[in-house]
Amino acid sequence: MQKVFERPKGLTDAEFSYCAGCLHSTTHRLIAEVMDELDIIHQTVGVCPVGCAVFMYEYMSCDIIEASHGRAPSVATGVKRMLPDRVVWSYQGDGDLASIGTAEIVHAAGRGENISVIFINNTTYGMTGGQMAPTTLIGQKTTTCPTGRDPHVNGYPIRVCEMLATLDGPSYIERVAPTSPAGLVKTKKAIKHAFQNQIDGKGFSLVEVLSNCPTNWRMTPIESFKWIDEKMSEVFPVGVFVDR
Amino acid sequence: MATKKLTKGNAALCYGAIAAGCKAFFGYPITPQNEVPEYMSELMPANGGVFIQAESEVSAINMVYGAACAGKRAMTSSSSPGVSLKQEGISYIAACELPCVIVNVQRGGPGLGNTLPGQADYFQATKGGGHGDYKLLVLAPWSVQECYEFMPLAFDLADKYRNPAMILMDAIIGQMLEPLDMHDNFDIVEYPKPWATNGARGRAHNIINSLWIDPEVLEGLNQRIQAKYAAAQMHEVRFKEYQTEDAELVMVAYGCPARICRSVVDMARDEGMKVGLLRPITLFPFPTLQIADLAKDGKRFLVVEMNCGQMVEDVRLAVNGASEVEFYGRSGGAVPTPTEILNEVRARFGKPPVVSHYSSRKETAN
Repeated sequence: MQKVFERPKGLTDAEFSYCAGCLHSTTHRLIAEVMDELDIIHQTVGVCPVGCAVFMYEYMSCDIIEASHGRAPSVATGVKRMLPDRVVWSYQGDGDLASIGTAEIVHAAGRGENISVIFINNTTYGMTGGQMAPTTLIGQKTTTCPTGRDPHVNGYPIRVCEMLATLDGPSYIERVAPTSPAGLVKTKKAIKHAFQNQIDGKGFSLVEVLSNCPTNWRMTPIESFKWIDEKMSEVFPVGVFVDR
Repeated sequence: MATKKLTKGNAALCYGAIAAGCKAFFGYPITPQNEVPEYMSELMPANGGVFIQAESEVSAINMVYGAACAGKRAMTSSSSPGVSLKQEGISYIAACELPCVIVNVQRGGPGLGNTLPGQADYFQATKGGGHGDYKLLVLAPWSVQECYEFMPLAFDLADKYRNPAMILMDAIIGQMLEPLDMHDNFDIVEYPKPWATNGARGRAHNIINSLWIDPEVLEGLNQRIQAKYAAAQMHEVRFKEYQTEDAELVMVAYGCPARICRSVVDMARDEGMKVGLLRPITLFPFPTLQIADLAKDGKRFLVVEMNCGQMVEDVRLAVNGASEVEFYGRSGGAVPTPTEILNEVRARFGKPPVVSHYSSRKETAN
């Protein structure tokens, strides 16, 4: 009998620790599938973040480094500059990339660093219990803005793709939402494009994945997908921002 | 081939790094170490390496972390406030047992302080600096020649112990010009790095990580790195003694103050006072046993530092009450003069202070 679907080789046998319905799991799988399809697992170095994906080093079967909060783009820079013929990806959430690590991501993008960045935006700090993130929507309730984000107190959400797209360094920036079969296909295509860009020496690529946090959003996974499609993508529209 | 060159300490560090086979420099400008990134921007690419001026000290040390993960010799350089910013990264590098070299050309502190020479970062350098139980291997050069020699040594020690090493100096050592003998008689050891994350072809994947949820696992790591420090304490202590054999009073100083104290030894001996100098070269591991041995003979100690009293604590621990340990320090960028220190020595031999020979010369000229 022909096997038509299996666990990607890019994943280890370890069980994910993510909450049910969380799109971290989906995105991990897509990265693994892309590494399989490009046949690059044995020449790839991943850099994982602090936050919900902190155990990612247990899940991916490529060489992998745990970075401190916000610094993954700098760690990835150090690896890539030393090993220009390896594929180097980094993976960060919104608190990691858009708050404590804003300088690192802006300057890695500004340098046109030849790395592939996967950015998971779920508008909250998931692992620490659902506090406000730089990407939290106006009016969205979190444990540190319990009556909803008030722009006069908490400022406005930061749009990372739009901000980085003003720079000359990036070669490819796209925002995707894997909330439907079509969105899933687009997400995988975007991740693969980001990796291929690096292999082709085109420089910095970033894929922002509109993600969910059913636990801290207090929603079912289905409700969370709906919320991404209806609320989040209004503030963070999906699409290609840079491709050159 | 050896060449002789009139060189600044900061430049000598760079030549030493090249001799050590350093492949990456990541840094950010701060006075008084700016010559290091300036020289490295030329020397690294010319020698097959990489130079990046990072957006911050925080980013620079994390680039070093990445390059060390890749299995390459990498370094950064900064000065006191900048080294404080690097502490988070240094703690991670120590926890991940990665080799690298960090240079601290100290200035006056705390805070922004000034750009004048200081030694106020001794505690930070030798007691961990960042969070957690870890130590750096710390070398303190006192000459331009040693700036050159200590870079290959620091890289070798870092590789040997899989631990970050620090060159701790001050603005004078970084900025002064001296003849440098640029030889290439270094025994550069190529340490195998099977742990490096450089692509898992032909082996299982490598993970470089400092997150250990299980307390017993983390305690095991902590004990393992402490065992390394104990081994370094056994095998890597370096120091120099000058006229200590018959000395009644031994000065203990490193870096720039050690040079001044050496002159003071000669001045004091001319006056019949039996004074010597012990200069720690490795600040960690510290020459504890050697100091304890001197104390057993009843020798008294005068520790001279450009701070308000830091290394003096390590000397007191070494002496452990067996003898008297006193301290003389200047801080905030002030450098003690030979006469100032000589007067401290004279006081301990019951002699009155002398007027600074600088001012008395002036009086003679007038």
